[in-house]
Amino acid sequence: MSFISSFSFMSQYWMMFVQGVITTIELAIISIVFGFIIGIVLAILKKSKYSILSIFAKAYIGFIRDTPLLIQIYIVYIGLPMIFDVNISDFATGVIALTLYSAAYIAEIIRSGIESLPIGQFEASLALGMNKWKMMRDIILPQAIKNILPALGNQFIGNVKDSSLVSVLGITDLMYQAQTVRGSTALGVQPILVAAAIYLVITWILNCGMSYAERRMSVNDIR
Amino acid sequence: MISVKNLSKNYGNNKVVKNVDLEVKKGEVVVIIGPSGSGKSTLLRCLNLLERPNEGTIKFNDKNIDINMKDVKSIRTKVGMVFQQFNLFPHFTVLENVCHAPVVVQKKPRKTAEEDAKKLLESVGLGDKKDAYPSSLSGGQQQRVAIARTLAMNPDVLLFDEPTSALDPEMVTDVLRVMRDLAQHGRTMIIVTHEMGFAKEVADRVVFFDKGKIVETGTPKEIFDFPQHERTCDFISRVLHVI
Repeated sequence: MSFISSFSFMSQYWMMFVQGVITTIELAIISIVFGFIIGIVLAILKKSKYSILSIFAKAYIGFIRDTPLLIQIYIVYIGLPMIFDVNISDFATGVIALTLYSAAYIAEIIRSGIESLPIGQFEASLALGMNKWKMMRDIILPQAIKNILPALGNQFIGNVKDSSLVSVLGITDLMYQAQTVRGSTALGVQPILVAAAIYLVITWILNCGMSYAERRMSVNDIR
Repeated sequence: MISVKNLSKNYGNNKVVKNVDLEVKKGEVVVIIGPSGSGKSTLLRCLNLLERPNEGTIKFNDKNIDINMKDVKSIRTKVGMVFQQFNLFPHFTVLENVCHAPVVVQKKPRKTAEEDAKKLLESVGLGDKKDAYPSSLSGGQQQRVAIARTLAMNPDVLLFDEPTSALDPEMVTDVLRVMRDLAQHGRTMIIVTHEMGFAKEVADRVVFFDKGKIVETGTPKEIFDFPQHERTCDFISRVLHVI
């Protein structure tokens, strides 16, 4: 049996990969959206003048960034039902773990975006009588977010790839489906190669979309 | 209008402003001159509490301003500031730059704010630029928008922090013309500048500032033609020599 023809299993199992792709993209989108919201909050908490809030944000970000995602997934998987005494679906568990994970990274991205703005933007806002909240909402965050869109895009691509780890929870994402197909077909590496190719295509499409968006946005963007 | 007593500002052990007294009357144009790094910008920034003074009192319209107060909105809307680097908001159009603060800070109805903003832009000669973005304007135009933005809050006092220092020479005159216009209309202004010709012409009073202190203050004639202190003589002879 040649190597090429060993991929003939795809005619029977392609639907499983499609389902896997959908789940993977769902995981990535939901976790980037909620991660972004929590990330903004964390970035602002980190700058808070109340040291308890900034210490919390720093400790949280440090913990997430300095421990493996797989461990965080298990902590959420085992810990959440213990704390809240509710049944959370595996999918929700995966979403929560990925969200908590990407929020820490996004918080740092947002912080760098805020710090990259000229100090004059802050001073002009304050000198016009804006309070910190209005300054952040109207002047600082819109500019910061525009500056960090490339980094956010990279984080999204990271989320697509990192979501493969939640397959350990039995979530039927692309990685899990590949493993299932491996089991059903008794093939060694082929289903994994298919999954790798699909991940590659997804990230390639996302990269193209990002560079297109960047080019569009930089048209009238000379300071 | 503004009365400053014994104002000091230090960064760590570095005293930048040392026990300064300054009185500015309504309608008066006070120009602060002095060498770079003498603390004159810091003094200016203490007046709208952008920098918190370490000690001293600021009286505004005979009311004491708590230099540590949290709610600074009241003073910042009455004391407008124009910056060296313009600091326009690049993601807003010119019109939005001017009417944003009146709408969100002073709660003016948007329509009124826009009407007022258009009038202000006309008055600084930029009525036709209202829909442009700051990045498409020259430095002189940006600074005039910034002046309009400050005026939109209808402040009692205008602070200018080296408003022409970041401009190409040919842009300076446009900005100075707007400022001269404001002075003639009786605006109270405190101006930090290196434009000695402008200071001579427009100032009611010139303050020579050096090493965190007011060395000498007087009419433009007194300061430029008959300076009393050695430091003032030295500085004046140097800058006038350049001109």
